[in-house]
Amino acid sequence: MVMTEHMKIYAATGALGMGFLDSSLERAVDWSPHMIGCDAGSTDSGPTHLGASLPKMSDAAIRRDLARLLTARDKLGVPLIIGSCGTSGTDEGVDWMRRITEELARELDISFRLTMIYTEQKPERLEKAWNEGNIHALPGAPEISAETFRECSHVVAMAGAEVFQKALEDGADVILAGRASDTAIYAALPLMRGYSAGPVWHCAKTIECGAVCSTKMRADGMMGFIDNDGFTIEPAALDAAATPLGIASHTLYENADPFLIVEPSGVLNTRDATYKPLGNRSTRVEGMSFEPKPYTIKLEGAVPTGYQTVAVGGVRDPLIIKQMERWQSEMMAQFAERALELFGLTLGEDLHIEIKNYGQNAVMGSDEVVTAEPHEVGLLFIVTAPTQKMANDITRFVVHLASHWPIPEWDGFISGIAFPFSPPEIDRGQTYRFALNHVIVPEDPLELFRFETVEVGA
Amino acid sequence: MTRLADLAKLIRSKNAGPFWITFDIMFETDANFNRVAESGVINKEWISRIYNVSENEIILVNHPAARAIKFSYPRTKPQGNLGDPDLYAGQQYAPLLDLEID
Repeated sequence: MVMTEHMKIYAATGALGMGFLDSSLERAVDWSPHMIGCDAGSTDSGPTHLGASLPKMSDAAIRRDLARLLTARDKLGVPLIIGSCGTSGTDEGVDWMRRITEELARELDISFRLTMIYTEQKPERLEKAWNEGNIHALPGAPEISAETFRECSHVVAMAGAEVFQKALEDGADVILAGRASDTAIYAALPLMRGYSAGPVWHCAKTIECGAVCSTKMRADGMMGFIDNDGFTIEPAALDAAATPLGIASHTLYENADPFLIVEPSGVLNTRDATYKPLGNRSTRVEGMSFEPKPYTIKLEGAVPTGYQTVAVGGVRDPLIIKQMERWQSEMMAQFAERALELFGLTLGEDLHIEIKNYGQNAVMGSDEVVTAEPHEVGLLFIVTAPTQKMANDITRFVVHLASHWPIPEWDGFISGIAFPFSPPEIDRGQTYRFALNHVIVPEDPLELFRFETVEVGA
Repeated sequence: MTRLADLAKLIRSKNAGPFWITFDIMFETDANFNRVAESGVINKEWISRIYNVSENEIILVNHPAARAIKFSYPRTKPQGNLGDPDLYAGQQYAPLLDLEID
């Protein structure tokens, strides 16, 4: 089959700051893609990145990748689209990336039209939408109320392809977006140019993790060729291949359902997709479909859950190990009494103390199926309290009481826990939990998003 | 008796967003995939019993193009909540290794 006109999209790497081979980007530039994209965030790093607006990547790692991508974009004159800046996509994350981008433009002596897309939401607006019945729970969502939005330290809305299209229509060369659908980064331009939604979304979904779905499974670039019948995918690095099995398998990754992939504007269905080898390094995918649905925008929010101090220790005495559960429940009762006496805190309410026993059931908890007795057990004390000082103060007496807690077999003062550090306690700061797994039904796909455009280096 | 770990090329667990966990059991050959899929050993009753989740919350699918069996269910504790033992849900698949396949 002779390929008709196609659109070439390039995913520079799975996550901005994870790196890529210089030779891969050079090869991609020679290929002349119509856009370069890179995702820079995820919820997968956990709630603290959103709650505290904490990027997972360092400045140095972002600068390394972004400098190269800005240079490549300058050479090609095509859009560079970065989504989910600062890991969680908070406004602060976008501004952090903007600062690095502007510094790099000066250093590289390049100019471009830069558009920031802000995705953080004000609680008042969400409360109103909730009260009007326009916010709906997704499967597995926690219970929420109108107050939840105010309790969140940050709430972000996930931008869809339409949001990127607005910036592209306004002539953006470089887009730095807050929270955004990974796939929308890559779907925006092909959809604007009129390509069929099925191939576009499936290709976008396949390349958004970069080359991890290739045979090399490393942080590197992936190129997608989209036409109206399907798409062809090929890793940028010549020593890597996209195999039908590897590409089909990628629909499994971090998805609850591999066949139905939900986007703001509808659902990609890959159930009848076919994956065929094309040459030695490419795979051709056809047979997918996209069903438009009423527009929804996903919300993510994180609520502070108290300050934490932890301590690590180990037990080697088999006499203690064989009665670990009783030993720890006894000391826990004493911790509760002491915390109430000193700080007025009630265990299980405004104070949480947990001991994870590594080597016994720390990893699987109550799902653990193995009952064999270990020869040593690692103890992780986790204390969560309303302030950092309280958490630290409590952990200090917790580790002291725990290390001398008696067992009936020994007559005398024991030292039952090996601590590797002095002092044993380590402050972890504020903790958070994800509080939202909801969608909002907007009147317009753009209404939750704010745009700011500047000419950089002009 | 053959164990699932002897037939699969990869058994893994992972977050599917902060509120779901998903398991992938992947095979090198169609023969191994078909053997395990047809055995019915990985079923909702077994998943429900081992992972303490109700059967109607489980998504279980065969994915022949990927030579994979996949199941997912809502996490008991969302990712990163107090007490969550596994931030990425990456180490919850161990009970699958010893499943006996006819």
